[in-house]
Amino acid sequence: MNQVPDQNGRFGDFGGRFVPETLMNALLELEEAYYKYTQDPEFIAELNYLLKQYSGRETPLYYAERLSSHLGGAKVYLKREDLNHTGAHKINNTIAQALLAKRMGKKKVIAETGAGQHGVATATVAALLGLECKVFMGEEDTKRQQLNVFRMKLLGSEVIPVTSGSRTLKDAGNEALRYWVSNVQDTFYILGSVVGPHPYPMMVRDFQRIIGDEARAQILEAEGRLPDAVVAAIGGGSNAMGIFYPFVQDEGVRLVGCEAAGKGVDTAFHAATMTKGTKGVFQGSMSYLLQDEYGQVIEAHSISAGLDYPGVGPEHSYLKDTGRAEYVPITDMEALEALQLLCRTEGIIPALESAHAIAQVVKLAPTMDQDQIIVVSLSGRGDKDVESIMKYLGGDAHVSESN
Amino acid sequence: MSANRIDQTFQKLKAAGETALIPFLTVGDPDITTSIEIIKEIEAAGAHIVELGVPYSDPLADGPVIQRASSRALVHKITILDCIQVAKEAREQGVQLPFILFTYYNPILQLGVERFFQLLADNDISGMIIPDLPVEEDAHVRELAVKANIHLIPLVAPTSQDRIERIVRNAGGFIYCVSSLGVTGVRSSFHEGIEQFINQVKQATSLPVAVGFGISTNEQFRMFSKLCDGVVVGSAIVRKIEEELSNLQSPTTRQAALLQIQDFVRQLKA
Repeated sequence: MNQVPDQNGRFGDFGGRFVPETLMNALLELEEAYYKYTQDPEFIAELNYLLKQYSGRETPLYYAERLSSHLGGAKVYLKREDLNHTGAHKINNTIAQALLAKRMGKKKVIAETGAGQHGVATATVAALLGLECKVFMGEEDTKRQQLNVFRMKLLGSEVIPVTSGSRTLKDAGNEALRYWVSNVQDTFYILGSVVGPHPYPMMVRDFQRIIGDEARAQILEAEGRLPDAVVAAIGGGSNAMGIFYPFVQDEGVRLVGCEAAGKGVDTAFHAATMTKGTKGVFQGSMSYLLQDEYGQVIEAHSISAGLDYPGVGPEHSYLKDTGRAEYVPITDMEALEALQLLCRTEGIIPALESAHAIAQVVKLAPTMDQDQIIVVSLSGRGDKDVESIMKYLGGDAHVSESN
Repeated sequence: MSANRIDQTFQKLKAAGETALIPFLTVGDPDITTSIEIIKEIEAAGAHIVELGVPYSDPLADGPVIQRASSRALVHKITILDCIQVAKEAREQGVQLPFILFTYYNPILQLGVERFFQLLADNDISGMIIPDLPVEEDAHVRELAVKANIHLIPLVAPTSQDRIERIVRNAGGFIYCVSSLGVTGVRSSFHEGIEQFINQVKQATSLPVAVGFGISTNEQFRMFSKLCDGVVVGSAIVRKIEEELSNLQSPTTRQAALLQIQDFVRQLKA
């Protein structure tokens, strides 16, 4: 495979920079700063220090023995990103981007957030590094995730409820971009996924690849060989890209992305961009997109606010079209089932996002031999979701067909 | 190949020593028929070119006023084809103004870029503005635009700096200078150094130079008339249409509302 992205930020047909001219110089400056500082030993040392001492890396690669034996097939290893500070992989990227902001002399940062995980991770590093922070969050999501709104405020950030469009993650992204256009000279936009205009998809991938770099070394140490499959949930796709990327050259390793099928891919309520989407330009890049025949973006649906997004990172679209990765839909119900299974077999409450990856493991592991290995990205912990899970399960913590 | 109406308009204005008034409306707000009527009023008010805004679900270069207009139009599922149809019907009903289609890139992409240009040519649309298609991404569109003699009008921002030369080099029609950092919408102050910025653009190109984003009053129009060849007024007109919405939708007050809009446009350049 060729080195991607190319100098125009293209992953094959995908990616690029489809933004208002006002932002172009800022993107070019960001790209230049990214290349400069990620070669700078001081920057690298500071980043590694914070990832280790502040966020608690490296995260364990945990052999889920009871889950594996329950499923009766492949050995399942969990990459425990949920054990990061703030409870998800998001902080890998926010620490790095905030350090970059500081190096570039920007004292103000902004972010978009859906479930609030990226918002909290950004608010956290803004507090840590003394940056002024505004987080854009769809009004609908501020209601669904009140605790995260309060967390961000407690950390000293301003939360701006977005009332345009569907009032969810995509609109928060639009509003963050609009704010950035108006304040581009003193503000750094900490984008939370491998989406948006170049260089963000590349940069966020590179800041998240630590998940896959660690997992690859850890599985080699534990098993003396590479896994047969790597599985991760995908909304925009940052944890999936982070864990996939170091395995892309390992052709024997299947890469499986799990997108949100909501109430089903044949209903109007899903976020299955890879299964049902077509090529289009959205929020700065060319990728697969949920849209109508005239190019209007369709609202997504998922039980998980973090996957409730009609777009997907351009490099994922590239991996799909080249056949290197496969993408499967997981319904709300399948995710809820898998979530409960992991709770009961391993004592781990996963985030609803990560539960989509577990649900695919539930399907995949029994079809594999006992000497085969699956590594799954447990991208975040479920504490933030407990209240909504309680509502979905009607207060009954043992609703399960497989019970 | 026939002459482009935009070029002809600027030639005439130059000879007369006048500045182009370029109003914008969101097509389909509140409905197709009313948009055609508003275009006629805009012409009657003495405007020189009209920008037809294609409503879009995610208009990230637009402020709240045009976002709301887009949402209203999208309730009726107005498509890019409807917008082109509006240009066609307005022309059939006698409108002589050059038309510029203002659209985000994705609707063009879904229509198919070749088909899009064929439709522009067939329906006497003279130019396009694509706010999310910077020069790095516009090679294919520009090639077809040049071939069809339909102008791809570029936006230049106060942050463009050393990009200005590259942007204007292959431009057609006129250069659209963005008055301020930010999205579309009425504002009372503009980017400091706006004069210097406009002069920098003028030195880089022989094409007419227009300014837009945030211009809403006669006073502002006159100020910018001294600096450049054209002034775009968008959100202020869309807001005026919004104020007249209920009057436009009632048969007894519709005519008066249309005249109100005409009067508002006329006052801009009075």
